[in-house]
Amino acid sequence: MKTQKIAALLRLNAIEMSHNAKAAHLASSLSCIDILTVLYEKILKINPKRPNEQHRDRFILSKGHAATSLYAILAYRGFFKKNYLKTYGKKGSLLEEHPTPKLNGVEAATGSLGHGLSVGCGIALSAKISSKKFKTVVLMGDGECNEGAVWEAALFASSKKLNNLYAIVDFNNWQGIGRTKDILQLHPFKKKWESFGWKVIEINGHDHKKIEKVFKNKKTNKPILIIAKTIKGRGVSFMEDDNNWHYRVPSKSDLIKAKRELGIK
Amino acid sequence: MRNAFAKAITNLAQKNKKIVLLSGDIGNKLFINYRKLQPKRFFNCGIAEASMTGVASGLAASGFQPVTYTITPFNTVRCLEQIRLDICYPNLPVIIVGTGAGLSYANLGATHHSMEDIAVLRTLPNMNIVCPSDPVEVELALKEALRIKKPTYIRLGKKGEPILNKNNSKFKIGKGIFLKRGKDIALISVGNVLPVVLEAEKIFSEKKISTSVINLHTVKPIDEHLLKKIFIEYKKIIVVEEHGLAGGVGSAILEWGNKNKLNLQKLICLGAPDKFLTSCGNQNEARHSIGLTAKEIFNKFKKH
Repeated sequence: MKTQKIAALLRLNAIEMSHNAKAAHLASSLSCIDILTVLYEKILKINPKRPNEQHRDRFILSKGHAATSLYAILAYRGFFKKNYLKTYGKKGSLLEEHPTPKLNGVEAATGSLGHGLSVGCGIALSAKISSKKFKTVVLMGDGECNEGAVWEAALFASSKKLNNLYAIVDFNNWQGIGRTKDILQLHPFKKKWESFGWKVIEINGHDHKKIEKVFKNKKTNKPILIIAKTIKGRGVSFMEDDNNWHYRVPSKSDLIKAKRELGIK
Repeated sequence: MRNAFAKAITNLAQKNKKIVLLSGDIGNKLFINYRKLQPKRFFNCGIAEASMTGVASGLAASGFQPVTYTITPFNTVRCLEQIRLDICYPNLPVIIVGTGAGLSYANLGATHHSMEDIAVLRTLPNMNIVCPSDPVEVELALKEALRIKKPTYIRLGKKGEPILNKNNSKFKIGKGIFLKRGKDIALISVGNVLPVVLEAEKIFSEKKISTSVINLHTVKPIDEHLLKKIFIEYKKIIVVEEHGLAGGVGSAILEWGNKNKLNLQKLICLGAPDKFLTSCGNQNEARHSIGLTAKEIFNKFKKH
């Protein structure tokens, strides 16, 4: 199946999970589903049957509130049964509103923002010490870059020359209750990361070919930061770039409309 | 204790290739030997404790046994959430070593006092807390922490502490040690305050009060077996810690005793009051200012 079609299916999964569990953060998930789809389909060397295999590539969803996007792709890749998605947000389920490391395929407990990059640094460092070839990919939000811990980790990664570490910022221009630019100014974002010693690449975060290509770039001795320009709520016209959907839960009719727009019968 | 730690980790890292030492930009000369022998397993993480703790989590998740090292308050409360979520929640084998227990760095001011670390860290599930009482126990604690492979906080003093313990191979995390056996009073000492408690015991002894001294090096998990025995056998139990009374070891024993319906009237908790200590001089002077002296321990017992 083409990755675009997979991404549409995953979007529907996320919308259904949000609807069933009456859980927030749907737009944050829709914003990064293209990135996750390409990572898990084209980039990450992982084996769902051996989720703790020591040479596996690692992925950390540092913006843990987008958990439904991760659950959807993990289910699609067979880390657990697709039916299990129906338990999202319910008592007894490991599919919590923020990822728990008890779930196969989850590399770190995220949800409190700004933790993932340091943990990713530690994993990437472990690969350097033990001469392993795997790569570590950390996905953050632009709002998440308000956290000071992100910048501590940014200094660490470049100082220790962690060129096996990729950080992606899902730059959708929104955070909890406003535009990122109006709350804590991140601009000039690219220059900030460059000045912190990272190689920075900007892409359209919904362009699957571009996302795939980034990981096939020439060698560098720097950690790599990918600024993925995205649209929050991407894929459903009435959710796109409308920050109400950071917290809003889709109704039954929203779900039907979204399904139609995504072209899924 | 600092030097004992440096020596112990240097020796242990020779055999245990999983050890990675992370420093928060302290220990310049301390780790010269370690760095010489293990250049690939030492990282100065800079003055960035949150990041250092996250890095330790990633290393531990990948099969290593990282040890983070910096001044106590910075390695505990400064990076508390990283300890909580990156280490304790996934239950990873990270060893957090803080130097500067209690009032070790009294004259550096309240910024460098560590009177809340035990209280805060013992609320975290999966955490183990060990407070060595002398340089000998530092090595034993480190060995044990590496053996149990669980989140463990080791609370060191500074340097130059007297040697009070034998190299006891029976040292176990979670098991207190009787240093002296008496009949009437139990003096429980936690960590670096042991020299004061041993001195207090001499006063009790002079006054013909038969006193036991217990070295309770582990705060979490608390030694329930030992405490149960003590509450049955002794008339009074005095717990001494160089830490705030709020949430400290005395407080932990009160919680535990309440749950087990024990006679808590027997217990005297001695530690620091609920205030920041300023202009308190060196460690010895600071101890005097809050009554953590042999004489005061005895006086408080008399008044109880």
